[in-house]
Amino acid sequence: MSLKEEDLKRIKVKKGIGWDGKPLKEMREEIDRISLTTGHYAGLKELTFKEADPIRYEKIFSKLRGGVVHARETAKKVAASPIVEQEGELCFTVYTPEADSIVTSTGIIIHVGTMGAAIKYMIKNDYEENPGIEPGDIFCNNDCQIGNVHPCDVHTIVPIFWEDELVGWVGGVTHVIDVGATAPGSMTVGPVTRYDDGYQVACRKIGKNDTLLRDWVIESQRSVRTTKYWLLDERTRIAGCHMIRDLIHNIIAEEGIDTYKQFIREVIEDGRRGFINQVKSMTIPGRYRGVSFVDVPYKNLEVPPYAKVDTIMHAPSEMIIHRDGKFEIDFEGVNRWGWHSYNATPVSISSGIWVMMSQTLIPNDRVNDGAYYASQFGLPYGSWLSPDDIRTAHSYAWHFLVSAWSPLWRALSRTYFARGYLEEVNAGNANTSNWLQGGGFNQYGENHAVNSFEAAAEGTGANAVKDGLDHAAAIWNPEGDMGDMEIWEMAEPLLYLGRSIKPNTGGYGKYRGGCGYETLRMVWGAKDWTMFFMGNGYMSSDCGLMGGYPAASGYRFEAHGTNIKELIEKKLPIPLGGDPDPGNPEYEKLIEAKEIQRDKQAITTETIFENYDLYLNYLKGGPGFGDPLERQTKKVEEDLNGGYLLPDYAEKVYGAVIEQDEKGRWIVDSEKTEKRRAEIRQERIKRGKLTREWIKEERQNVLNKKAALPVLHMYASSFSLSERFLNEFRDFWNLPKDWIINESELDMPTFGSINKLK
Amino acid sequence: MTTYDKRTIEELIDGSIDFFKLKEMLSNFKDANRFNLYLEILQERVPWDDKILLPAGLHLYIVQKQNGDRVTKCDCGHEFGHYKQNWKLNALVYVRDTEAKMEELYPKYLAPDPNWQVIREYYCPGCGTQLEVEAVTPFYPVIMDFEPDIDAFYEEWLGQPVPEPAGIK
Repeated sequence: MSLKEEDLKRIKVKKGIGWDGKPLKEMREEIDRISLTTGHYAGLKELTFKEADPIRYEKIFSKLRGGVVHARETAKKVAASPIVEQEGELCFTVYTPEADSIVTSTGIIIHVGTMGAAIKYMIKNDYEENPGIEPGDIFCNNDCQIGNVHPCDVHTIVPIFWEDELVGWVGGVTHVIDVGATAPGSMTVGPVTRYDDGYQVACRKIGKNDTLLRDWVIESQRSVRTTKYWLLDERTRIAGCHMIRDLIHNIIAEEGIDTYKQFIREVIEDGRRGFINQVKSMTIPGRYRGVSFVDVPYKNLEVPPYAKVDTIMHAPSEMIIHRDGKFEIDFEGVNRWGWHSYNATPVSISSGIWVMMSQTLIPNDRVNDGAYYASQFGLPYGSWLSPDDIRTAHSYAWHFLVSAWSPLWRALSRTYFARGYLEEVNAGNANTSNWLQGGGFNQYGENHAVNSFEAAAEGTGANAVKDGLDHAAAIWNPEGDMGDMEIWEMAEPLLYLGRSIKPNTGGYGKYRGGCGYETLRMVWGAKDWTMFFMGNGYMSSDCGLMGGYPAASGYRFEAHGTNIKELIEKKLPIPLGGDPDPGNPEYEKLIEAKEIQRDKQAITTETIFENYDLYLNYLKGGPGFGDPLERQTKKVEEDLNGGYLLPDYAEKVYGAVIEQDEKGRWIVDSEKTEKRRAEIRQERIKRGKLTREWIKEERQNVLNKKAALPVLHMYASSFSLSERFLNEFRDFWNLPKDWIINESELDMPTFGSINKLK
Repeated sequence: MTTYDKRTIEELIDGSIDFFKLKEMLSNFKDANRFNLYLEILQERVPWDDKILLPAGLHLYIVQKQNGDRVTKCDCGHEFGHYKQNWKLNALVYVRDTEAKMEELYPKYLAPDPNWQVIREYYCPGCGTQLEVEAVTPFYPVIMDFEPDIDAFYEEWLGQPVPEPAGIK
């Protein structure tokens, strides 16, 4: 069949928007191919520009990085949400036309990769053809399976053109307060499927000529609870993106387009080389292993029947540092995704690891895709970090992610310790919970949702030289803080009845983990209001290092139908301050209530709260380092007098012999303590069993599967995904070749567990 | 190029280093000679002569015996066997698998539930020091935390030969 001349005329050869008229898809394929075959980003064996004119190269980098940070600082003032304005939960990143990141701002830098994944999705799906990519366009994404951590991180993405060529992209992200999920709050617990997760925007063109489309504004305003905050968050992202677009136009005008193009290639290759150099100068080649867990106590929650399962997240990790400096992290053995809100995506874990690395191995401003090109990740398909089912929910993916990263701190710390870089050692990061969330009609009579970012100030892990920081930071935002109480009281119909250090929450050790803190909140002025808890309760998600203990696990305290109104009217005492020893509660002695929950169920779904009801928000501590018996007695004394340690545990854990002086100050008797510690060491030798012998005894329990259901379920769902993990498990316990735990043999729903060992 | 004197590294090891000096160390470029200086100090401090190849943890070292064997050793002198075997298997273990045992460590409600998680403490049989703690689900295989490639580290990364056993010239 031949085409008529008229038809040929109608087929217009459309020029691509990429460099030299190439379509973006072709550019993406080209960069992947060349980088893979040469081992250098974009095939750059030499950094000709950097080597020829290093000052100019650095000047461009500084302008770009400074401009991106400046845009973040300026744009965040547009937002009204305390999550963005107080906590700094935003980030901006500049990308190449192919969506490789060049430079990122401070803030929630996990998104250095997520927005890149969203742009790659648009390239792959021919957005260049339809809906078109033009100067002045604005795109939006929050779809996790495309490129995101959880739906409340909303991306605004703007293409940057120079003349008729696309020279890059800029992406901005903010953590919004609400995305219209099944329950209020940005990271709600209710969702067990994608369809409960809230408003999903899948790489959609939402603006033209730098103006938001009206249908988008209307639809988005009708899809979320906190409309005002949503609108201002969006303005924040757009303002930042446009500032950065102007910045890049200025740099190109000053330096020339060819220089800019060369620069963005070299800066990524430079990042790749820099990362390898850093690995070689700070670590030791070899294999490092760790594991972490998170309890998922869903059996008694108000969720669909197939989600009513008590189970455990399993995240074993092996960090492999190759002789050539290549860096690999393998999560083989990780278990299956689940019907809960904590599933993650490959880009969220690989990109998120850079959040962590920027706080340890690469603590500088050169975080870009160069490091990604120098690394390799093993993320088993079908697991919670790479689900094989589009239905999965992700509203609080961080719950699992932060816990999965904690062993990586320990892996890196072992290398730092061995090389003598003791100042870099960190025993791990806290599980960044509890999250106080909820919503309803607030004190202003508005439909509202809250997510208290007090969780941005957890205890940090202990160091090999000093204690972790108390109530100081969260791994996902190195710049976060706990926020001012006055601001939270304006944003939430919850009065503060206390905010204090939580003793015994940092893992004990020669150097202890930083302690967490707690705030007691009383509902006040709400018209109708629900809240829920979200944290670890039955398990601790971290582990100590080199003899230190894990941080304390969680619990919940809530009181409903209290008599606090009457107590206030009668000027009688009410609960104020913390709950320092939860096994010996004081609050209950002061109040009467229709219902009090004090238990390990630290994850709940929506519960109705009336005015004068109480909610305790307890934020976790970090893990400890070294044998607690080596802690300086002076430090134990400071802990006791500072409210970081209860006296019983100074004796039991630290072996301290203590007494109080006439003013009530604790004093540790160093001489008697040394004697007591020597006795404890002997007691340990007496009570310890040779591990090899213990394994023989424990083997019988393994053979008989004598463990709680959540534990068995965790193993079953790991075995179903990984033959290697199963075989290693059998080898370790010397089990028969056909020994296995199958989900089908457990008395619990197995809905959706399609992955069976072949 | 960044360098630190021996006293500074000794203070670092002892945890007596001034906070601002430590802060500067964190912010500064790393000193390339740290490993050799660190090893020299550790070697001076241990009461035995075996050559330390690599520190393997607080109180633990991978050492080269006079016969050339590489073993994991505590600074009290107790040996845990070949460094490629998991030293924990030759340590003493104490498993906290009941509420009572957990509550010796944490106040009620702050301890993990032993049905979900146990705490394993690994002690040196020689001196009773707690060398490592695992917080794992019941049945979890004992973790081999650290498997360094000592030869590649010395020869390819440091550009120096692996030390000869003590006493061999």
